[in-house]
Amino acid sequence: MTQMTFARAINSGLRRSLDNDPKVLLMGEDIGTLGGVFRVTDGLQKDFGNHRVVDTPLAESGIVGTAVGLAYRGYRPVVEIQFDGFVYPAFDQIVSQVAKMHYRSRGAVKMPITIRIPFGGGIGSPEHHSESPEAYFAHTAGLRVVTPASPQDAHTMIQQAISCDDPVVFFEPKRRYHDKGEVDESLDPTSAPPMGQARVVTDGSDVTLVAYGPLVKTARDAATAAADEGVSVEVIDLRSLAPVDFATVEASVRKTGRLVITHEAGQSGGLGAEVAASITERCFYHLEAAPVRVTGFDVPYPYSRVEMHHLPDLDRILDGVDRALGRPNSLSGLEG
Amino acid sequence: MVTDDAGQGGTAAGQDNNAGHQGGAGHNMVQLITPAGERVSHPEYDPWVRDVSDEQLCSLYEDLVVIRRIDKEATALQRQGELGLWPPLLGQEASQVGSVRSLRDDDFIFPSYRENGVAYCRGVDLPDILRVWRGAASGGWDPYAVNMAIPQIVIGAQTLHATGYAMGIQNDGADSAAIVYFGDGATSEGDVNEAMVFAASFQVPLVFFCQNNHWAISEPVRLQSHTQLVDRGAGFGIPSMRVDGNDVLAVMAATRVALDRARRGGGPTFIEAVTYRMGPHTTADDPTRYRDPNELEDWAAKDPIGRVHALLDRKGLFTEEFEAGVRTKADAVARELRAGCVGMPDPEPLDVFKHVYSTPNSWLDRQQDHYSRYLASFGDPEGATQEEGAR
Repeated sequence: MTQMTFARAINSGLRRSLDNDPKVLLMGEDIGTLGGVFRVTDGLQKDFGNHRVVDTPLAESGIVGTAVGLAYRGYRPVVEIQFDGFVYPAFDQIVSQVAKMHYRSRGAVKMPITIRIPFGGGIGSPEHHSESPEAYFAHTAGLRVVTPASPQDAHTMIQQAISCDDPVVFFEPKRRYHDKGEVDESLDPTSAPPMGQARVVTDGSDVTLVAYGPLVKTARDAATAAADEGVSVEVIDLRSLAPVDFATVEASVRKTGRLVITHEAGQSGGLGAEVAASITERCFYHLEAAPVRVTGFDVPYPYSRVEMHHLPDLDRILDGVDRALGRPNSLSGLEG
Repeated sequence: MVTDDAGQGGTAAGQDNNAGHQGGAGHNMVQLITPAGERVSHPEYDPWVRDVSDEQLCSLYEDLVVIRRIDKEATALQRQGELGLWPPLLGQEASQVGSVRSLRDDDFIFPSYRENGVAYCRGVDLPDILRVWRGAASGGWDPYAVNMAIPQIVIGAQTLHATGYAMGIQNDGADSAAIVYFGDGATSEGDVNEAMVFAASFQVPLVFFCQNNHWAISEPVRLQSHTQLVDRGAGFGIPSMRVDGNDVLAVMAATRVALDRARRGGGPTFIEAVTYRMGPHTTADDPTRYRDPNELEDWAAKDPIGRVHALLDRKGLFTEEFEAGVRTKADAVARELRAGCVGMPDPEPLDVFKHVYSTPNSWLDRQQDHYSRYLASFGDPEGATQEEGAR
């Protein structure tokens, strides 16, 4: 086990994938000499050459569209979109081409493309640098959407994503890039928990709290704070946003009878809505209260001096837990 | 002979018919067979088709005729309700035949949705050419069986795929090439421009083959570009050629030049094949609403088949026997096409769930399971035959 940052853990996972499979190649803006704006690809071009780690022109649709052609020829491209807010020029290639080529070709053409996107807020950036576009991609058939929440998961899940024969949108919670954790670099990704599997990160019995990516840490902190008040919160890290591992969430809700979901993305049409609806369908008679969502607002990502109001924090999550428990909360007395 | 008869502007809506709307340096248009069927010499391009024998010329003629027959038969099948839609390539036969017949088997083709003539020459099974248009699949064939990607509906998206594929060829150290087909309208798309940036930056072995058929549904080429399309290439640092797209030999020569450059590590080439879509954009389109009939007449005089016919005539090759042979072949292909179309079974209901992913997906597996149960609920539990339409 080694202590390393989240960013370093991904770097190590990328290195292993490049080492293990000559068909893996990395493409993106500034990923070579610079090592990426977050240094996630630091040193890789030096060690693997500029045909395995390719600095591309500044054209997001071009980066993803050429990856489609490389996959057509049997490569396993890993592309980096520099920031979440810059993925939109590539949206057409991702949802119309990457996602559908396997279906369109009736299985003849595999698209094992990994699309790495640093996402989420909390780093004090200007516009376009703090978005949470995961629901767009989770809504698109043919894509798998995952997000790790710990350095160990970052290390193994990036390798699992690259070896997956389906395209994977890999969201990296950028405000956790510098968080450190224990990583077993020798862990075999095929024996680690699959990337599609949710994980119970904190056991509890009163409320199920579902989070993913950057908010898993916040959710764990909330669970610790709730425990001080005598409330036992079970925290689940979804890890996979498409498909969601509902079985794990369902088992927890059958035990606790209450569900809170939190994410940074705006509320309407988000993952929280999907989890709330699906869990209600699956375990309606086990629920003691309506599922609660604690999310960002349906606003463009706000400027950094007020972003803390947009991002769910420990207190807002605890307020959501209170709502699920029917305890006094900020919406007490409000009907509907 | 070199002609500067651009014919770019079109005459619809009272517009000038010449290149005035598309200024810039301009390229002369390479032509080796005149519309009257005269073989004219061109010092630069002649060497590239010197090996084309009389026999091969006859074979190219047969391709042109058969492809036109496929187009006619498919249009009829659409009118008879057997196809949901068909995008005719009437008039563009020489562009497709001249380019695809220049390729090696290990070269890879990325088409748009109109390259049905290319697909035929590439050996795609005839019913597979129609599969998409019948609505029985989103892609008609196995791309790796013929080294030709499945049709692309999104305008210009395939140019990036071709560029990426060519990057792969380069990484593999192979000497094959990729070719990508797109139309004049596609040159306005960001993807096509990004593809040219990538292709030039990495000097990949790729031929950009633009069939300028003058119309993007109802929008004339002058709306896409203020210069001749071929002039776009220079801005990306891509060597470019402008050829008479209705001249099968000129197209062949240009494509061979481009492929040779690609194989020798010389990077991409842009070819503008100046042709004309004589029919509608698709069978759902009505070009009489936007196109001057005189324009069609002008282009009919430059027909790609008529001029090879005339050339073969001049050479004494267009015998009755040859003509009958070509007709027999076209008839046979049309018969096979029709039979393959009407005999094509509909996919099974649960096929909608197939191939979305190559590995299991819990959401989809559940939906498929639930829908299977739903479908099964119509079945007779005793196993008796279900009556058609019973609910």
